[in-house]
Amino acid sequence: MTDLKHIRNFSIVAHIDHGKSTLADRLIQETGTVKERDMQAQLLDSMDIERERGITIKANTVRIDYTADNGEAYVLNLIDTPGHVDFAYEVSRSMRAVEGSLLVVDSTQGVEAQTLANVYQAIDADHEIVPVLNKIDLPASDCDRVAEQIEDVIGIDATGAIQVSAKTGQGIHETLEAIVNELPAPQGDPDAPLKAMLVDSWYDAYLGVIVLIRVIDGKLKKGERIRMMHTDAVYPVDRIGVFRPQMEMIDELGPGEIGFLTASIKQVRDTRVGDTVTHEKKGTTDALPGFKPAQPVVFCGLFPVDNAEFEDLRDSIEKLALNDASFSSEMETSAALGFGFRCGFLGLLHLEVIRDRIEREYNIELITTAPSVIYHVYMKDGEKIELHNPADMPDLSKVDHLEEPRIKATILVPDEYLGDVLKLCQDRRGIQIDLTYAGSRAMVVYDLPLNEVVFDFYDRLKSVTKGYASFDYQMEGYREDNLVKMSILVNDEPVDALSTMVHRDRAEMRGRAMVEKLKDLIPRHMFKIPIQAAIGGKVIARETLSAMRKDVTAKCYGGDATRKKKLLEKQKAGKKKMRQFGKVDIPQEAFISALKMDS
Amino acid sequence: MPENWQEAGFGLYLHWPFCAAKCPYCDFNSHVSSSIDQDAWQAAYLSEIDRYAALTPGRVLDSVYFGGGTPSLMRPDVVSALLDRVASHWTLANDVEITLEANPTSIEAANFAGYRAGGVNRVSIGVQALNDEDLRRLGRMHSMEEAKQALILAKTTFERVNFDLIYARQDQSLDAWRAELTQALAMEPDHLSLYQLTIEPGTAFGDRFAAGGLHGLPGDDLSVDQFFLTQELCEKAGLPAYEVSNHAKPGQESRHNLVYWRGGDWIGIGPGAHGRLTLGGSRIGTETELNPLKWLANPAQNIRETLALDEQATEYLLMGLRLQEGIDLLRLRTRYGVTLKDSKIKDLLELSLIEIEGDILKTSREGRPVLNAILRELVPD
Repeated sequence: MTDLKHIRNFSIVAHIDHGKSTLADRLIQETGTVKERDMQAQLLDSMDIERERGITIKANTVRIDYTADNGEAYVLNLIDTPGHVDFAYEVSRSMRAVEGSLLVVDSTQGVEAQTLANVYQAIDADHEIVPVLNKIDLPASDCDRVAEQIEDVIGIDATGAIQVSAKTGQGIHETLEAIVNELPAPQGDPDAPLKAMLVDSWYDAYLGVIVLIRVIDGKLKKGERIRMMHTDAVYPVDRIGVFRPQMEMIDELGPGEIGFLTASIKQVRDTRVGDTVTHEKKGTTDALPGFKPAQPVVFCGLFPVDNAEFEDLRDSIEKLALNDASFSSEMETSAALGFGFRCGFLGLLHLEVIRDRIEREYNIELITTAPSVIYHVYMKDGEKIELHNPADMPDLSKVDHLEEPRIKATILVPDEYLGDVLKLCQDRRGIQIDLTYAGSRAMVVYDLPLNEVVFDFYDRLKSVTKGYASFDYQMEGYREDNLVKMSILVNDEPVDALSTMVHRDRAEMRGRAMVEKLKDLIPRHMFKIPIQAAIGGKVIARETLSAMRKDVTAKCYGGDATRKKKLLEKQKAGKKKMRQFGKVDIPQEAFISALKMDS
Repeated sequence: MPENWQEAGFGLYLHWPFCAAKCPYCDFNSHVSSSIDQDAWQAAYLSEIDRYAALTPGRVLDSVYFGGGTPSLMRPDVVSALLDRVASHWTLANDVEITLEANPTSIEAANFAGYRAGGVNRVSIGVQALNDEDLRRLGRMHSMEEAKQALILAKTTFERVNFDLIYARQDQSLDAWRAELTQALAMEPDHLSLYQLTIEPGTAFGDRFAAGGLHGLPGDDLSVDQFFLTQELCEKAGLPAYEVSNHAKPGQESRHNLVYWRGGDWIGIGPGAHGRLTLGGSRIGTETELNPLKWLANPAQNIRETLALDEQATEYLLMGLRLQEGIDLLRLRTRYGVTLKDSKIKDLLELSLIEIEGDILKTSREGRPVLNAILRELVPD
């Protein structure tokens, strides 16, 4: 157990590519935590998807021993947090597990949107924040301008900002000193009943579920029995340890410390981020505030491109679900797409990450259908149905009314883009709740239907603000509205996987946009194809994809036979990958692309 | 059952890989070289002719075709020596067709008499366009006037003459093509190859197109209108289409190319040449080294693969449906063991894209411009 005074817990807040991972690598290296020969770039981002997308999905942590210039030995715990709105809850828990943050800004670029979203999380968690200006070795570096911008935009003092080149190592020592001298030591009572926060958890093939915790009060020792206060499950602790960044077993964790435990927990589902860990006996009775059970808010269908891979898909989904409490699934059948799963996610990034992992780690090609939210359908006979899939919408004559989930969205945006943001929110049926200014930045709060946000709102927001907006939301309950199911008919056949719920007033507009999109997405066939949007039996928008007029090879002689045969085989394979609806082949990407709205 | 060569003909293709310049639309295996040792090439071709003759004893040869590249850059004595060797190995059909591809520059036309003396009885001339501006844009080395003179000379020298034109060119209107084709037909060729310009990857045009250049290419609608106009004008002039891009007076069809389209046997000699031979009951596909100097160093080294029945069927459909005469469903069943799906045939019949008479299946007028799409439906998985 380390003396509280000699512990510093911190996170690093940075925009993608501003050098967070390189800085973390340098801190680890400078303190000798990892031997030179074991160094590899971006020690903390372990998943391929994390490295590629430059995002962190799971919280990673590393414990660094550092003897400061004052001659005293410190333990520094770095938590690397996820940085996306889908994982806002996970980020908030990670932030609550540390007392300070390094705010890393690329001195050639300046403050960007993601920096803002995360720095406000840090401010929310009452962090002490140390600004770090990175990449000062580059000629385009402009520390004065960027420091000024940090003060203007974020409103924190940047006069003492540390100038760093994570690449050359310049300023790394100063950063370590600042962590020791400027960040507060944690507080806690070693003699109080055990109270620890469950920061994150994941599955390890050898050790079972690994639970990352921050001890607030009390002490946790190997062999003790613990209780998860929200799930009320009890486990004997097998191992206790810290990450350096590889695992190192220790005997005890005390207040202020960050480490992990294993306790023969079989599924990650049994551990909930934000839960309070205490002793089975003589435990605390005060759970930590702020716990929220993970609740999927976005649903979509995942179908194997090759129907023969359904069992493999089932297997991969079960395995992923073991490791992700926020991901849900149930079997679904579609007339068009065959057997698949209706899956629930925290948001669109979460959806994309899971989809990518199934495709890559399990090598299954997927068709993803339109994301949807959960509607409450009130039937005339008094029954209430939770509708996860528009295709299951009951007969309208039996429906009394529908309710849809709403969110409270907070958007921070430089004022030159404010007009575009307001228009976007209005277009998505938003109701403005608040509009305030902080310097040259506006903060707008909107009440928005979740279904208008889940799909491409974040992409549109980034695009209209050139990436300078930050966005966060919370669920605000359900409200009745005039919602209808819109069906899409291709060549007079309904395509169930393209059905969506829309507001009656916007149905024509959405329907028109969708049929126009589909006209571009579906390749020309040898016959003309009507594409229609309909509500019930009424067609509200129609386009006609005209017949292909020309597709013939001008020259084909003896020397071309082999090549043209291969080309034909390739084209046939491409055609096979499409989905057949009656006589029409629809490419897989159409199921998602058709819904994207360009304005 | 008769063998393929007996049923659909037997031909010999010789590839001459050199050109005076590389045309920007051409994706054939052609090279520009300043020094060509024609004696060495002659020796290599002769050794290959000998080798193939030993594999195919007792056959009757229907056609010899010098393609390229630009075979009219070959010395007439080389052509003559090769044809003498061919005649010493195989029995030539009474109506044997011996074609040489030629460019209509004055230098090359000067060789015509020599080729004729060596045994060539048909030339195929790469005219490509009938105005100097477009000839320049297509990277051709000859002028319109040279082309006319070469054609006149060819007609008096050879029994049969074909010439090629490329249409659906940049900025070419329907009326401009009508005028050009009318002018071409007035020259009274007995065979015309009329190709729509195709932008192939790996060519100069392909690069320009990929970089956003090459403006004024016709869209699908105009090129289809041009295609139908071509059918109409040629038919009126007595040269109906017998293949997607080939038109001939009845009886003047290219016998050599019919071997390809009807699924006959042919030997392919020269860099990058492909062949199809029925040997010992198996159908063999052959393919040679593309690089001219590597081929020359070792002409006998080639890739041979046995084609499975379904591959043979695919090739038969792919090649055969290009012909107006269509394919024989009976041959498809008996020779290759393949039956086409009734549902696919029914769909295509309903769309009036194909026609069936007895066992013959062919494309309709509307079906011809979408042949690739028809093949994607018909060719079994």
